[in-house]
Amino acid sequence: MIILENIDKSFKGLKVLDNLNISFEDKKITVVIGRSGEGKSVMLKHIVGLIKPDSGRVLFNDIDLNTINKKELNELRKKFGMVFQDGALFDSINIFENIAFPLRQHLKLSEGDIIKKVMSGLNDVGLSGIELKMPSELSGGMRKRVAVARAMILEPEIVLFDEPTTGLDPIMSDVINNLIISTQKQLKYTGIIISHDIEGAYKTADIIAMLYKGAIIETGSAEKFKKSDNPVVKQFVTGSMVGPIVI
Amino acid sequence: MNFILDYFEKIGFYILYLINELGSLIIYIWNCILSLFRYSINIDNLFDQMVFIGVDSFFIIGLTGLFVGMVLSLQAYYAAKIVGVTYMIGPTVALSMTRELGPVLTALMITARCGSSMASEIGTMKISEQIDALEVMSVDPYYFLSMPRIIASMIMLPILSIVSSLIGILGGYVVYKFFLGLNGTVFVDMIYKYMKLSDIYNGLIKAVVFGIILATISTYKGYEASGGSKGVGRVTTQAVVLSSIYILFADYILTSILF
Repeated sequence: MIILENIDKSFKGLKVLDNLNISFEDKKITVVIGRSGEGKSVMLKHIVGLIKPDSGRVLFNDIDLNTINKKELNELRKKFGMVFQDGALFDSINIFENIAFPLRQHLKLSEGDIIKKVMSGLNDVGLSGIELKMPSELSGGMRKRVAVARAMILEPEIVLFDEPTTGLDPIMSDVINNLIISTQKQLKYTGIIISHDIEGAYKTADIIAMLYKGAIIETGSAEKFKKSDNPVVKQFVTGSMVGPIVI
Repeated sequence: MNFILDYFEKIGFYILYLINELGSLIIYIWNCILSLFRYSINIDNLFDQMVFIGVDSFFIIGLTGLFVGMVLSLQAYYAAKIVGVTYMIGPTVALSMTRELGPVLTALMITARCGSSMASEIGTMKISEQIDALEVMSVDPYYFLSMPRIIASMIMLPILSIVSSLIGILGGYVVYKFFLGLNGTVFVDMIYKYMKLSDIYNGLIKAVVFGIILATISTYKGYEASGGSKGVGRVTTQAVVLSSIYILFADYILTSILF
């Protein structure tokens, strides 16, 4: 279980996370929604130790990420996969090498086994036959699917998705959402998604949490969110410009 | 009065900035050294960088050395002719190339060619979250990106410096014999007479230090990129300018210690 406890984080005097508390249940998909610039990506980067909090604790199975050394943190990170907002594929190597990268770094597999795993990973995301292309030759949706394949290749326990549907058309967004649901069913990972795509959140989430002004203001099922009386949640899910959220 | 306060405020701000930069650079170097103890060096990466820094730079380094050696020979001739010591042109060219111009010009050319590339490549990886992706995949970027570049630069700079010096001396010889019409044997004999082995290996020590400086500064600056393509351009410029300044500064310090 991952718990973020009393997290405070400021950048150049600007408070981004303000006493943030949230826990992520094992083997479930939690979607954290919130407006752009609310600190969702900052929160996600705390979970994998890419950013350290000014105060508070990030606990993974009762291990505080801030108290362990770099080697221990790297060992722990092997349990994680992460899909970055723009894919973060290595642009100097082709798609095959991108997906094979974690395998080559952490497992001692034969070239034949690596080829089998990469091809199977590409097949799972519906992109067979593009392995020799370079990342710059792919569309945004394809890059995100390759990023999903790379994140899943070591069969991680936890997968983090940073705005997986941002910038995609509604059909491709649905493809990505279905991909998240199917891979989660297959691998039974704990999924943490940050997004402002409310329809996507309803579809993929077991639990939805809303981040507002650096703190979690509501947590619950999709149904609970749809019926929420909280004016901030209500304004966000209906996409209205009238309400307590100041634009 | 305010003018004076503003002046001191600017000085204070600049000093704090320099201390901050120096501190970050020391932490960076420390992290790079630590990564050497944590992981064994990636040979494929190292080999790729040695090819990029070394083999791919042979032509440009040879060309630079050739012209510098030729110019040196010509310039030395005008001065040596006045005092009647044209036989000293050979040692002048050879000593200048091995002790000074070979290592320094090679380092400055490699800074321009490869240092800028290191800073912009790592800078682009930083702003497109590729370095974050490496870290999440439990791959230490200092081990994976920095150390192969620093070690390759450290190994290849002395080799390139030798190439530059040899071709420079050859260029000097060609001008001496064929353009100035002087006795080529004298050129070679005088080099043998006045040049010591220490002139060569001290020049190589310089090249090793310059290699470490240019790759360390260039990779370090890459990690400092932020704010899109403009940020990458800014750190690339800083990498080249700072590396060049540090190389010239180190050159003075090393010359005063070694020779």
